[in-house]
Amino acid sequence: MELSVSVQGAGRRPGRLTLALRYLRRNKSLAVGLALLAFLLIFSIGGSLLIDTSTRAYPLAAPSVQPPSAEYPLGTDKDGRDLLAVMVRGILLTGTVGLIAGSVGIVVGVVLGFLAGYYGGIIDSIIRWLTEVLITIPPLILQIIIASTIVDKNKVTIFTMAGVASILSWMGTARVVRSQVLTLRERTFVSVAKLSGMSNLEIIFKELMPNMLPYLAASFVGAVMGAIGATFGLEVLGLGPAREPTIGMTIRWAQFHSAIFNQWWWWVLWPCLALILIFASLSLINRGLDEIANPRVRRSE
Amino acid sequence: MKISYIVRRFLFLIFVVWTAATVLFFIPRLSRINPIRERFAEIQRSTGYAPRDLENIIKAFEIKFGLDKPLVEQYLDYMSSVLRGDLGVSLMRYPKTVVELISQALPWTVILLSVTTLLTFLIGTGIGALAGWPRSPGWVKGMVTPLMVLAAVPAYLLGLLLIYFIAFRAKLLPLSGAYTTSRFMGPELSIDFILDVSRHAILPALSLILASVGFWALGMRGMGVTVQGEDYVNFAEHKGLRQRRIFYWYYVRNAILPQVTALALAFGSIVSAGILVENLYGFPGIGSLLNAAILANDFFVIYGIGMITIIAVGVSMMLVDVLYPLLDPRIRYDRK
Repeated sequence: MELSVSVQGAGRRPGRLTLALRYLRRNKSLAVGLALLAFLLIFSIGGSLLIDTSTRAYPLAAPSVQPPSAEYPLGTDKDGRDLLAVMVRGILLTGTVGLIAGSVGIVVGVVLGFLAGYYGGIIDSIIRWLTEVLITIPPLILQIIIASTIVDKNKVTIFTMAGVASILSWMGTARVVRSQVLTLRERTFVSVAKLSGMSNLEIIFKELMPNMLPYLAASFVGAVMGAIGATFGLEVLGLGPAREPTIGMTIRWAQFHSAIFNQWWWWVLWPCLALILIFASLSLINRGLDEIANPRVRRSE
Repeated sequence: MKISYIVRRFLFLIFVVWTAATVLFFIPRLSRINPIRERFAEIQRSTGYAPRDLENIIKAFEIKFGLDKPLVEQYLDYMSSVLRGDLGVSLMRYPKTVVELISQALPWTVILLSVTTLLTFLIGTGIGALAGWPRSPGWVKGMVTPLMVLAAVPAYLLGLLLIYFIAFRAKLLPLSGAYTTSRFMGPELSIDFILDVSRHAILPALSLILASVGFWALGMRGMGVTVQGEDYVNFAEHKGLRQRRIFYWYYVRNAILPQVTALALAFGSIVSAGILVENLYGFPGIGSLLNAAILANDFFVIYGIGMITIIAVGVSMMLVDVLYPLLDPRIRYDRK
């Protein structure tokens, strides 16, 4: 955002909103990504207000395997879920899982990254070693092993999924924050702040954090994407919340009942579309944020 | 490069693999899950068969597998058997060992994934190099964004769409499996068989390639943009070298280095990279074995696959570090 201010320069200063909109016109990835996200939010939050998803998104709410019709615009599945309600609730649930795991990831990652980068020494070594070990274990494998220790699949909730996804959602952030802190730490403004008697915490929050916002935002989006992807993998393998109509579980049940071979295309198509939209929106936003954080990328546009 | 560096790197690899193996050992044991009881519970669920003196049977198996010993002793036993290349027995196909099952599945996975990884690397890097090159036509530069969005979508989803449209609706390619089971009894060495396997592998390969080509393109373009600003590229241009020469020997040669590192790492993760897609297509690799093990509560197979993937990743990470100075002469370790 700083860039648009400096470009503006002389003359009457337009309002913040105009500036933001003007910036979005140049940063197309961010604009399209945010628009997609807004659409998904309106669809899922608005939909929850209009339809009673707490019954219609669950089994035996509708006749089994109906193709899309006036009454069931997206059709129904074999267990009698209304797929429109499933999509509305599923996007909300999947989003919640991503948001929880992403938030945990960003908080843990920022704390560890700052500890490692700012204080250095033995703390840095321990954190780096932990990150290195966890990066060696492929995320899906570790999550499968953790998830498979939960024996009673009916007890798995979306919060269990968020918990499992959280465990591996912080390493990317920790790495980025650490390297950023290492470069920022040596800048003059930090020395000035130190000389003027600011405490370490003050320096971290007032001087370092604001400079890292675009990076933090990008790694938050990355962590959300990672969490949604990881839970999707677990759900497809049957380690998901069996009772909840998340997008991944919907695809799992469609596969389980061979929806494709039975020509129930609607049961597969809508959840696929929903997930593709979610990922497309997040990755476009991520790229847009990257453009703010890394001016170098901009040069090639 | 010094030998001492390689030795140090190797010790670090052992250290990382050992930590990872310890994590893998303790997670399930701390959760108080009893693999044998769970296996019998699964048998009862799927077949309705419940032995009368279940508790005694479980006890007998626990003693047989050493699960009754104290945790520390179990840990030492486990570590020493892993060192000897023994990952225990499978519970679902008892008395087959985990190593037997894995070595049956591994070749399928390695062949499928190494071909797709290599193809993805070549295609993605090619597109990325062209997209970052200032004289490329606009449509090549515009390809990166859609490919990047595609890269965010799990390969499993792309696979699902490919199955539906290409295999099911258009009936162009087989739906699942690795070979036509009605034509071949099992794997054999003949042109026919190889052709058949290739036909079956096209869709899984395509979904894996589509899902990750954007990642490579983006990485290469990013590096390419950086390299263009370097003095040696400007100098080469002012010397009046031909564009083709600058492109290959000044631009690609330098921008490709991080890609090669990423390629080595990608090869390390081939064991786990295709798990979901293999499942989707019923391709008889590690992914399908893992899925079967999850469904049958065969915990020993799950842990064994975990170990294999960790070792593969660890080894490839070490190779990258050791081989990198050969690729990029600017990087040297321990030079005084």
